[in-house]
Amino acid sequence: MACNSSGCESGCYDREKENGNNVDGGVNQESVCVKCKCNEPMTFGDGGSDDGRFCTDCFRNNVFGKFRLAVTSHAMITPSDNVLVAFSGGSSSRVALQFVHELQIKALKNYEASRDRSLPVFGVGVAFVDETAAFPTLSKEMIDAIEWIRSTVSSLSPPAKDLHVVPIESVFGSDSLEARDKLVKLLDSVADDTGKEDLLQHLKMLSLQKVASENGYNRLVVGSCTSRIASHVLTATVKGRGYSLSADIQHVDARWKVPIVLPLRDCVRQEITRLCVLDGLKTVELACRSQCGINDLVSSFVAVLQEENPSRECTIVRTAAKLTPFYFNKIPETDDSNVPLATQRRLKRFNLKYDGSMTTEAFCPICNGPLNRSDSSDLDTFEDCHESDVLYAACCSSCRFQILPQDGSSLEQFSSFLPDNMISQVKHQKVDSQAYLREKIKDCLLLDNEDEVV
Amino acid sequence: MEAGEAKSKKPRGPRLCCICNQRRPVLKRPKTLQQICRECFYEVFEEEIHQVIVKNRLFKSGERVAIGASGGKDSTVLAYVLSELNRRHNYGLDLFLLSIDEGITGYRDDSLETVKRNEVQYGLPLQIVSYKDLYGWTMDEIVKMIGLKNNCTFCGVFRRQALDRGAALLKVDKLVTGHNADDIAETVLLNILRGDIARLSRCTSITTGEDGPIPRCKPFKYTYEKEIVMYAYFKKLDYFSTECIYSPNAYRGFAREFIKDLERLRPRAILDIIKSGEDFRIATTTKMPEQGTCERCGYISSQKWCKACVLLEGLNRGLPKMGIGRPRGNLNGDHKKVTKAGATAKSIESKQCGSLDF
Ligand SMILES: [Zn+2]
Ligand SMILES: [Zn+2]
Ligand SMILES: [Zn+2]
Ligand SMILES: [Zn+2]
Ligand SMILES: [Zn+2]
Repeated sequence: MACNSSGCESGCYDREKENGNNVDGGVNQESVCVKCKCNEPMTFGDGGSDDGRFCTDCFRNNVFGKFRLAVTSHAMITPSDNVLVAFSGGSSSRVALQFVHELQIKALKNYEASRDRSLPVFGVGVAFVDETAAFPTLSKEMIDAIEWIRSTVSSLSPPAKDLHVVPIESVFGSDSLEARDKLVKLLDSVADDTGKEDLLQHLKMLSLQKVASENGYNRLVVGSCTSRIASHVLTATVKGRGYSLSADIQHVDARWKVPIVLPLRDCVRQEITRLCVLDGLKTVELACRSQCGINDLVSSFVAVLQEENPSRECTIVRTAAKLTPFYFNKIPETDDSNVPLATQRRLKRFNLKYDGSMTTEAFCPICNGPLNRSDSSDLDTFEDCHESDVLYAACCSSCRFQILPQDGSSLEQFSSFLPDNMISQVKHQKVDSQAYLREKIKDCLLLDNEDEVV
Repeated sequence: MEAGEAKSKKPRGPRLCCICNQRRPVLKRPKTLQQICRECFYEVFEEEIHQVIVKNRLFKSGERVAIGASGGKDSTVLAYVLSELNRRHNYGLDLFLLSIDEGITGYRDDSLETVKRNEVQYGLPLQIVSYKDLYGWTMDEIVKMIGLKNNCTFCGVFRRQALDRGAALLKVDKLVTGHNADDIAETVLLNILRGDIARLSRCTSITTGEDGPIPRCKPFKYTYEKEIVMYAYFKKLDYFSTECIYSPNAYRGFAREFIKDLERLRPRAILDIIKSGEDFRIATTTKMPEQGTCERCGYISSQKWCKACVLLEGLNRGLPKMGIGRPRGNLNGDHKKVTKAGATAKSIESKQCGSLDF
């Protein structure tokens, strides 16, 4: 019956097309780069379809070109910016750091060459999230990794870059012991493996946001590549997060205090890996990920698909890119470096919330995903209930299922462990939804604010 | 553990069905992993489908509704449950079974026999429409004319239209098919994998073709394949078991397997994929691709003539190659050469995919 919907015909077609694609891979036997037609092409021997086609320079320029195009066409980094690169030690974020660094050096050269020196050089910092509190068994590896990251960042040529090592528990408060305890208890109260993994990811993002805003950064560079995003498209789909998906996969995600940019969104993992080999960029991979959850299953599914067709990851991301993005998927225009940061943020928030055509969006306090109104309609029924009920009502359906404890008392406890950041959002949201309801009936209201009536 | 809530904190002792708390549980419900008794399973299974029908207003009283019946498990269970619900809740539907006979010697016989038995067992009238009625050609005649090489093109195009054409011929108001939740989840994934945003936006609709002559709907949209099998098994329903042999399309197989793995890890994932499919933010302009009707037969078509009419024109004029592979470049030819050795096996396989449930 499944065949009924699209028929074998389309299957044959796809196969033929893919066969066709592979033809030109083997043809190129003359050892000259197809781009510059003079240098000797590089062979990586990694089974990639374009292996042995480009010379080192052309390959590198191509990848860097994609990065630079993403940066310039989405105004990700401008001269007055102060950019924080989220560095995990993995290959994607290593390349992101390298490219941002190169961009900065170019900007510096231009600055020194220019007569009036009017355009400043953007600042770069690096952040690493220390997850030892969540993975105590990895503490030794983590110490080594941090040491290695320190030397990597300090060995980059000037301008010097600050390195911020952020303990993941920092979002729970400044008392590190107490914070650590809260984190452990919070994670322990999540029954689902995938839910736990995802919650940790959300906390990681909160930590990065915290360190970014506390240290005056106005951009957070995340190194997610096409392959990573392709996996995210499928995991989000599988978790019922179809509505919020389009928010996560754009070049710019400004729903956060410090907007996130993804300059490597259009580069596939194979290119990134090759580049690390070419440039001798070293990486470190910490074994933090679980091996049995939904995320892992999806990753291996994508790997199989990718093997079957080397352009599959790109197709997946292209499909998702056709979904309608959100109003916050662009750099807010009020972002002017002459305005003090705090004001900027306020303006930004103002701009985001009431910006013209788009609707007011409510966000899940756990994952910060925009909520589908049809899911959050039961928010109104929880007027003066327990905080945990309000939390439940404020969350997206995916977090409700895989992160929130199912029974009342555990949920109550769970919400007491949550970082203030998330809790304040719950309250915020309740107000938001009040405002939303008010908007709907405002033509029948006589006062500007009913609370004033005594 | 994923989805393990049902297991924890259970007191020891003789277990009881967690719905009625009276009878002994005999099965673990695939959708929820609840341990329940047979009677409660029938009840939740049927009631869920009833709720889907009511909530989505799938039918109006007095409508003439054709159940696409292949003799396979999905359509057999659908026929059984629909006739049951129609009686129980007074839907007021004029239900009947609609089967397609492709005219392939020896191939449809068993499944048609099953459908004929269902006619008696469920008291539903059966209408068999043949390819000869619909197209003027049986599949055997087509194969004789064009050889085994290209019949894949025909079987795909003709099969896709057969039910709609049959329904039109019999002047029905609605056509229901047995597509289940697994099928829909799979289609969502496949449309993501191949970048087909227009299909992605349509594939989760419970009713399609409302603007066309005959709307199609899927009452099993949220029903798990495993539960359908379970229902057929416990009710001892008579169906023709054909395991679907997939068309030579690697990732369709992968997708099916992936969904099964997901279901094992988290049963709810199937529903979540469907939910994602429903919630994707797709601009309305993408949703409605320009779709006209065939000048010849009135079937929906983006071209002047629909694919079937082009193929039929070729057949009738003695130019069977007409229309084969043309809109998709001339890749067809090369491909056939490559697979020449496996041509016979392949053509059997391609017939096989016609044996799937509607
Ligand atoms: Zn070159
Ligand atoms: Zn959420
Ligand atoms: Zn029971
Ligand atoms: Zn036609
Ligand atoms: Zn076929």
